[in-house]
Amino acid sequence: MTALAWLPRAIILGLIAFAIFGPLANLALWAAAEQWYFPHKLPVTYGLKFWHQVFKPSSDALLSLGNSVVIALLTVVVSLALAVPAGYALARLSLPLRGLIMLAFLLPQAFPSVAVYINVARIFYGFGLNGTIAGVVLVHAVHGLVFAVWIASAAFAAVDRDLELAALNIGAGALRTFFTVTLPLAAPGIVASAIFVFLESLDEFTGTFFVGVPDVTTLPLLMFTASIAGNYQIAAITALILLIPSVGFMLFVERFLKADVLAKVGT
Amino acid sequence: MANPRLIGLLLVAPALFAVGALFVYPLGFSVATAFTTKEGVVTLGNFHRAFELYSVDIGFTLVIVGVSTLLCGALAIAIGGYLTLGENPRAVAILKWLYRWPLFIPFVVAAQCMRTFIAKNGLMNNSLVSLGILEPIQTTSLLDWRGIVITFVWKQTPFVALLVAGAMASLDRSTIEAARNLGAGRLRILVEIVTPQVLPTLVVALILSFVTMMSVLSVPIMISGESPTMMTVDMAFRINAYGDYGTANALGVLSYLMTGAVAWIYLRRGIQQGGRP
Repeated sequence: MTALAWLPRAIILGLIAFAIFGPLANLALWAAAEQWYFPHKLPVTYGLKFWHQVFKPSSDALLSLGNSVVIALLTVVVSLALAVPAGYALARLSLPLRGLIMLAFLLPQAFPSVAVYINVARIFYGFGLNGTIAGVVLVHAVHGLVFAVWIASAAFAAVDRDLELAALNIGAGALRTFFTVTLPLAAPGIVASAIFVFLESLDEFTGTFFVGVPDVTTLPLLMFTASIAGNYQIAAITALILLIPSVGFMLFVERFLKADVLAKVGT
Repeated sequence: MANPRLIGLLLVAPALFAVGALFVYPLGFSVATAFTTKEGVVTLGNFHRAFELYSVDIGFTLVIVGVSTLLCGALAIAIGGYLTLGENPRAVAILKWLYRWPLFIPFVVAAQCMRTFIAKNGLMNNSLVSLGILEPIQTTSLLDWRGIVITFVWKQTPFVALLVAGAMASLDRSTIEAARNLGAGRLRILVEIVTPQVLPTLVVALILSFVTMMSVLSVPIMISGESPTMMTVDMAFRINAYGDYGTANALGVLSYLMTGAVAWIYLRRGIQQGGRP
């Protein structure tokens, strides 16, 4: 009876699992295949030939991976440099039109971005920023700024005000209080926002597609080019590299973003 | 401390400037370009050309994104509802572990997965044939507008479900228990009691998803690059093939209007409810 009661549940959960893991399994099979053609249902030969191709020194893939990581790290630096002061001000200082300022950071996520990036590329052309790392970093930083500012603001708002007052009472200055009390206490939330920004940048496609050409190739662009050229093994292997941080973050997101900070995001 | 308001504004200013220079200005530039000729004369010609060449794709974009958004919403309510009202803790735990996987997977990667999975000889059809559910002759490729919808729903449902399930979990359980004591079934509780209370969260999640899907370039190119396809593909084509900024930006303005209309429906609803969004 209990086994029978499980049957509909098991079928539905099985279908969901197939829908979610089926596409990923297909990707993994392509990454391990050396030869796979119709009418074979599974790869004809397996092997690491294409892995060697991807990871051989000075390959396009390693170069793009390096580009992607450098761009993502610089994006985090730029975003945090903008977001930490802004987040602190939004959480602690009385700002006129605070609600509107919070909304302004949402703008880059509130409009379809393709046409905007086309025009960013056109404007950057005049400054010589097209096809440069700096240009791509700027585009990524603005796109990720809403996470950075909102999460940083929530993290500062969650810091207990009495601790700051205590530091001020025993004679610490405002700056010293910020750097020795407020910032360390808000650090976990700020790290979470840094991870968000890092991942957004690592996975970003459209902005890099328009602003990065022709000189800056990131991993998503390399994957796209390989896929369009029908080189499914290379595409699958680069896709797997991109999957590692994404899935890792999905599994551990709750450790980085505590409920007390999460409840204050966007307020 | 000096004037805290002034200091606050100074601290926010660099971030606001970045959004202004790198987003608002290009957005304005885009709108201005859509309404002018190359010589700078005000015109509606770009919109004429956009409709003449791409009216089918404009319609398809609305259908694809609209259908995907509705499916995401329905699936998210089903997932959130089961997580909240499910009576078997083990099944709830399995579903909770399962549904989130695509959450942070990039659209390019999702497109590459689907490009192989739902092709005529992809793993999905092969599995169905091996299980005897389909004959080999019945298999079809889903790599057209349906494939774009499937990829969008696969990638975006976990995001909507995460927010909806969070909102459902923080509901006051007493109304649910009261309904249950009065003999209401779980489906009825979900439709009549739980869903109305999480509607604001659901609508926000769906609007964000709508905009996100309107902005994706990689999925339509990789799943179905040929007409009928999405406006994003046409914009990229106008730029890369012809350097035709007028038509591309006219399509861009149309896409802003589509998301604007969706956001407006939401805001108007908020005003009717006494200004609470």
